[in-house]
Amino acid sequence: MTIKKAVSIACTAALATLSAGAHAQISGGVVKIGVLTDLSGTYSDLAGSGAVLATKMAIDDFIAKEKPDFKIEMVSADHQNKADIASNKAREWFEREGVDTATELVTTSVALAVMKIAKEKDRIALMSGPGSTPITNEQCNDVSVHYTYDTYALANGTAKAVTKQGGKSWFFLTADYAFGQALEKDASAVVTANGGKVLGSVRHPFPGSDFSSFLLKAQASGAQVIGLANAGADTTNAIKQAAEFGITPTQSLAGLLMFITDIHSLGLKSTQGMYLTEGFYWDLNEETRAWSKRFFGVQKKMPTMVQAGQYSSVYHYLKAVKAAGSDDTKKVMAQMKKLPINDFFAKNGQIREDGRMVHDMYLMQVKKPAESKYPWDYYHVRQVIPAAEAFQPLSQSRCPLVKK
Amino acid sequence: MEILGVPTALLGSQLLVGLINGSFYAILSLGLAIIFGLLNIINFAHGAQYMMGAFIAWLALTRFEINYWVALIAAPLLVGLFGVILERTMLRKLYKLDHLYGLLLTFGLALIIEGIFRDQFGISGESYEVPEALSGGIHLGFMFLPLYRAWVVVAALTVCFGTWFMIEKTKLGAYLRAGTENPQIVQALGINVPLLITFTYGYGVALAAFAGVLAAPVFQVNPLMGSNLIIVVFAVVVIGGMGSILGSIVTGIGLGLVEGLTKVFYPEASAVVVFVIMVIVLLVRPAGLFGKA
Repeated sequence: MTIKKAVSIACTAALATLSAGAHAQISGGVVKIGVLTDLSGTYSDLAGSGAVLATKMAIDDFIAKEKPDFKIEMVSADHQNKADIASNKAREWFEREGVDTATELVTTSVALAVMKIAKEKDRIALMSGPGSTPITNEQCNDVSVHYTYDTYALANGTAKAVTKQGGKSWFFLTADYAFGQALEKDASAVVTANGGKVLGSVRHPFPGSDFSSFLLKAQASGAQVIGLANAGADTTNAIKQAAEFGITPTQSLAGLLMFITDIHSLGLKSTQGMYLTEGFYWDLNEETRAWSKRFFGVQKKMPTMVQAGQYSSVYHYLKAVKAAGSDDTKKVMAQMKKLPINDFFAKNGQIREDGRMVHDMYLMQVKKPAESKYPWDYYHVRQVIPAAEAFQPLSQSRCPLVKK
Repeated sequence: MEILGVPTALLGSQLLVGLINGSFYAILSLGLAIIFGLLNIINFAHGAQYMMGAFIAWLALTRFEINYWVALIAAPLLVGLFGVILERTMLRKLYKLDHLYGLLLTFGLALIIEGIFRDQFGISGESYEVPEALSGGIHLGFMFLPLYRAWVVVAALTVCFGTWFMIEKTKLGAYLRAGTENPQIVQALGINVPLLITFTYGYGVALAAFAGVLAAPVFQVNPLMGSNLIIVVFAVVVIGGMGSILGSIVTGIGLGLVEGLTKVFYPEASAVVVFVIMVIVLLVRPAGLFGKA
């Protein structure tokens, strides 16, 4: 670093500290939000640049509506779905760049790593993208918020609905790693609890591309429902090939972790009739449509629940900073848990002591091609799953912060 | 009836599926084997070129309403032309250097190509419908065989054996083999060896694109579809014997079948079985099953 540059940074820092005295107690006079997401890999469509855009929109809207007396800045980085890259970036942000909160954090391994660093550095981790339940159970801490969804909510919503509607016998096609096995376990429990039976499962290597062998096994099992305990390209390829081998519609498929981007890329012909659980759908009501159309104007794609949740979580965070009059982690976390969340994304959303944001989820059924009237018209909302039922109840929590 | 606790119907269907996957391996490893055998280049961009074939078919259909059958010819030609340009402008300079340089160059190219497609089309990929004439399937008694999959086997095997015939049994093939063996003498006989080599690379690349178009209706067309497959295909080439044309075809189909059987008896191992075989073959026959030591 040149001396000139060093001096200018020092001056800016000094000025910032001076000006901060006049406002709320904001460190550096700026609330800095870091978006740490997958900008190039498997999850870049469902989070990625759309999550960065959602964050920008949240900051702009907050400044326009709430007229805060502090400055807000955003930085973003690609974690490439690697926990080590994410950890280094988070450390750099917290230690040297004065970032107050690391947000989005899709991919469980990334989320768990950054949560630990946030705790150590006393900053906040706001997670919209990752799905695993350990985030709010064994690994929970008091500086983290798990905002949009988790695998419990998705498996619970879909498996319960499908079993109740007569899909009593199940066979699982499971990605052979921790995530897939956890998803299978969660869903199996729900199936059995609702009077269904699990006939078996087959574990496929991750990532796979040809699923026909596994699908033929599932077909031979004679199960009514084939549960897809996998994600991303594995799920889309399995669905495509199930249609090809004539497995659907004789047997039906249930995607346990799917996003609207998966439906979009597969098309309605091969996904029609499938059930899935979502935390958000752009076409729910006037409010969701209005926001989503703004998003679409820039991104040219409708938002996923992760991107919509990202907006909502950042907005809620900024509201909490304003209410606390400080960016101190403890004070902000207290406000975040105290204030209810009411926006286009969630109604009466609440952040629990384990860090889980609970809100209504939606059971969707994918429309037939003929029923889809305009672009991205993909879902029938079959059921609104109330917040209290959608997520793992606190009584089952394994988080040490939960007092029982 | 059962064999080792597995119903024969299930076994039969898994073998058939293995044969289908084996034909994909065969056609991809054939392209690699030709390029390595005749140019001494380890073409790491093969997966990306396979992906380009699939994407061109998809673009042709959705943007220009060009159907599958036209794409099956046009996409390999276009991607082959792209290969010719690569060979003329870049690869040509590397022939006298170590294999490693060719590998690094093509690997870099693969990353760039995949990056561009990812930027343009996103990661989730696009769906390509099975062409009308090949939709539906036949009930074989023990399984439902989609017509399209049957077509894949026929098309891939025809192209594979046609290529083998051209290289091993025709005059053009003889020039090619001679040109790689001793370019100076063949050149002295009045044959344009550099042109032959350019054509060979273009053909190898076109084979990848042909496989890509065949794959488009089966797999989701996405920017990383090639990089997921290419490692297995490299293992196939190594097992068959680097540069052996017939070896790559036979090994491709054989390994498809072995993989299919593994999926019946121990599915968790189906992703590793090819590599286990590779280790054993390398220990016993370092030049590969069909390679000349």
